[in-house]
Amino acid sequence: MKNGVEREIPEEISGLGALKAYEKQFINGQAKNTQRLKERQYNPARNKIIDSIETAIKATGLKDGMTISFHHHFRDGDYVVNMVMDVIAGMGIKDLTLAASSLNKIHAPLINHIKNGVIRRIETSGLRGELAQAVSNGLMNIPVVINSHGGRARAIAAGEINIDVAFLGVPSCDAYGNANGYSRQNNAASACGSLGYAKVDARYAKQVVLITDNLVEYPNVPFGIPGSQVDYIIVVDAIGDPAGIMSGATRYTKNPKDLLIAQHAADVIEASGYFEDGFSLQTGSGGASLATTRFLRDRMIARNIKASFALGGITGQIVELHEEGLIKRLLDVQSFDLRAVESLKNNRFHHQIDAEYYASSDNEGSAVNQLDIVVLSALEIDLDFNVNVITGSDGVIRGASGGHCDTAAGASMAIIVAPLIRGRMPTILERVHTVVTPGHTVDVLVTDQGIAVNPLRQDLYENLKAAKLPLLSLEELKAKADRVVGKPEPIKVKDKIVGLVKYRDGSVIDVIRQVKEVL
Amino acid sequence: MRRLRRTMLYVPGNNPGMIRDVHIYGADAIMFDLEDSVSLNEKDAARSLVYHSLKTFDYGEAEILVRVNGLDTPFGREDFEAIVRAKPDAIRLPKTEKAEDVKEADELISQIEAQIGLEHGTIKMMAAIESALGVINAYQIATASERLIGIALGAEDFVTDLKTSRSADGIELLAARSQILLAARAAGIDALDTVFSDINDTEGFANEVKLIRKMGFDGKSIINPRQIEIVHQIYRPSESEITKSLRIIKAFKEAEKKGSGVISLDGKMIDKPIVERARRVLELAEAAKVVME
Repeated sequence: MKNGVEREIPEEISGLGALKAYEKQFINGQAKNTQRLKERQYNPARNKIIDSIETAIKATGLKDGMTISFHHHFRDGDYVVNMVMDVIAGMGIKDLTLAASSLNKIHAPLINHIKNGVIRRIETSGLRGELAQAVSNGLMNIPVVINSHGGRARAIAAGEINIDVAFLGVPSCDAYGNANGYSRQNNAASACGSLGYAKVDARYAKQVVLITDNLVEYPNVPFGIPGSQVDYIIVVDAIGDPAGIMSGATRYTKNPKDLLIAQHAADVIEASGYFEDGFSLQTGSGGASLATTRFLRDRMIARNIKASFALGGITGQIVELHEEGLIKRLLDVQSFDLRAVESLKNNRFHHQIDAEYYASSDNEGSAVNQLDIVVLSALEIDLDFNVNVITGSDGVIRGASGGHCDTAAGASMAIIVAPLIRGRMPTILERVHTVVTPGHTVDVLVTDQGIAVNPLRQDLYENLKAAKLPLLSLEELKAKADRVVGKPEPIKVKDKIVGLVKYRDGSVIDVIRQVKEVL
Repeated sequence: MRRLRRTMLYVPGNNPGMIRDVHIYGADAIMFDLEDSVSLNEKDAARSLVYHSLKTFDYGEAEILVRVNGLDTPFGREDFEAIVRAKPDAIRLPKTEKAEDVKEADELISQIEAQIGLEHGTIKMMAAIESALGVINAYQIATASERLIGIALGAEDFVTDLKTSRSADGIELLAARSQILLAARAAGIDALDTVFSDINDTEGFANEVKLIRKMGFDGKSIINPRQIEIVHQIYRPSESEITKSLRIIKAFKEAEKKGSGVISLDGKMIDKPIVERARRVLELAEAAKVVME
């Protein structure tokens, strides 16, 4: 047969089967576009840019019972979730599953959408504020599912969380949907740095709607989300409040107790056997865990040790160590301050990664598996080293699973830093109210009044003992606190389950029950 | 070993959160304050809080002091009555101006000790000097009671009395510091320097600590745990000081064993003050957790 350019092509080739001859047609019957780039970007016939959220929702065909998703890179400055949900509610769509990477205080208006049946189910890493309180009080008929960051990425990739439409706020975007958490073209007002969590949604969601307040010229490079994954773009006045998205630069804590704990944590790292040239680390976002890097810095300089990479949520302090040459590479799933955003924008070895690459348990090459050391916070820890970072001392949800269990499992040494006593509550309990991270993945607890090593880690114990660190058993530390504040009454709960805490592999590690209202 | 007082950390007596675990920061001494940091309407609550804290919590190695209100105030007597019963290591008297202030407190403590069956002299005292008159009388104050373990300068009231204010180089405190130090040494007790209020000015603080260490002060009153490490670093002897002191003590002990009166090291004679200084260096080194072989 002759094809569209007059060449003889066989009908079939043995071993390759039937052949389809070139037909000299443009894809989907369209003509060749001869417009200049500028016109092409805004060509209404091909345009992804849609005039309103409502139009976009109609175009996606969003229906009752579907799953929608959001990211939490704008933290408490986020406008996107409330903006989109209000439109969806106005259109009368019901029974949705809301699969957010996390939810914050600013998302309290979701309470009404839940009451009105717009939202039937929630998947998230964390809940805070009024929404968390309402959920803890039994607002929802179906329990909220709490995922770790790695667990969420894994579940999305595995199709367990099946996102129909992802609504993703992006601080910069070109007309094709090449989007990022910053832009090299201008100073994005809503800059958030890495889009690590949103990248997973963009890759796997059936349809992707971007919402931006900063439409920039094509090509918006580098991009965190490639335009090829994007279906629609909406331009609005503001996608977030910069003050709520992040601060200028995270400062080291001045709280003397946090500093003391951080110093002890640095002592532990130095004596652990993992503190050698080329080590890798991650610090959580709590005051004490962040401050650990400050004490580590002096020791790295003194002993001429450099880290190969720092992972996870990146702050200005980590960036400073990178720029000083003390940390070679930064793998950034979430940028915590403008200093980190600037670095991601300008430093070639500060690299944006997505949550699946970061922490998925189905991914053998997950970055968390390359960690030597992670320093994490805790609300409660129990005698089996199980850690709670989700429910407070009143049983109410007030935190997030985050990357806690992912990094604890991946790192060779997971250090928990926490004050022995908070207010009048002890941190060490016989049993934590809610298990988020299982004790067998936790190696050391560092408090202001002593250090406890998991008995599973006799090797670590010997190393720390040789360095004359103040080692005690968890039981001894607990007794110390109990002498001062006594044993807390158990939290009173009802039978109704309001939350399921999933481990990173998708299995359920604990349930959260409705709290009894305290009179 | 003699007690070191490099750092004496103030804790407001009405702050339960701080009172509970203030010992964790490693200050040599902790001073619970019932005086200037507690407002008039909280005096009773603070007294009760400090009393119960001392009876309840284990503050480990730290030396425990309580700064009471003066006996010329409506709160002083009750403070003594309660605090002696809580048995701190020492009571710190504010604003002492003459020997009688110390003697009056000494007698009151003796009475209470007798009432509760505590051995006479168990509760020590420290006196703060905060006025021109107090500085003039420093030696009389320092020798007014067997209970005294030290005297301290309180600079804020002092500079007001002097009609000046505090400066970075501290020239306005030079006379008072010198006088208090001389009085303390003459009386054979410790001399403590005043607080430095701007906790974020670590450089200014460090300069002041270097100055008072050089002058001969045993330590400094501090208002924030973040200041502890700075003081301890500055008071930490150098490696060469430590090595030299270890050799001096060794030579001294060998001479003692031989019953020899004259000690020499590297051809130089070692006399008693040199041995004393070496002892002091080693005490400071030990407190700074320097490993000495």
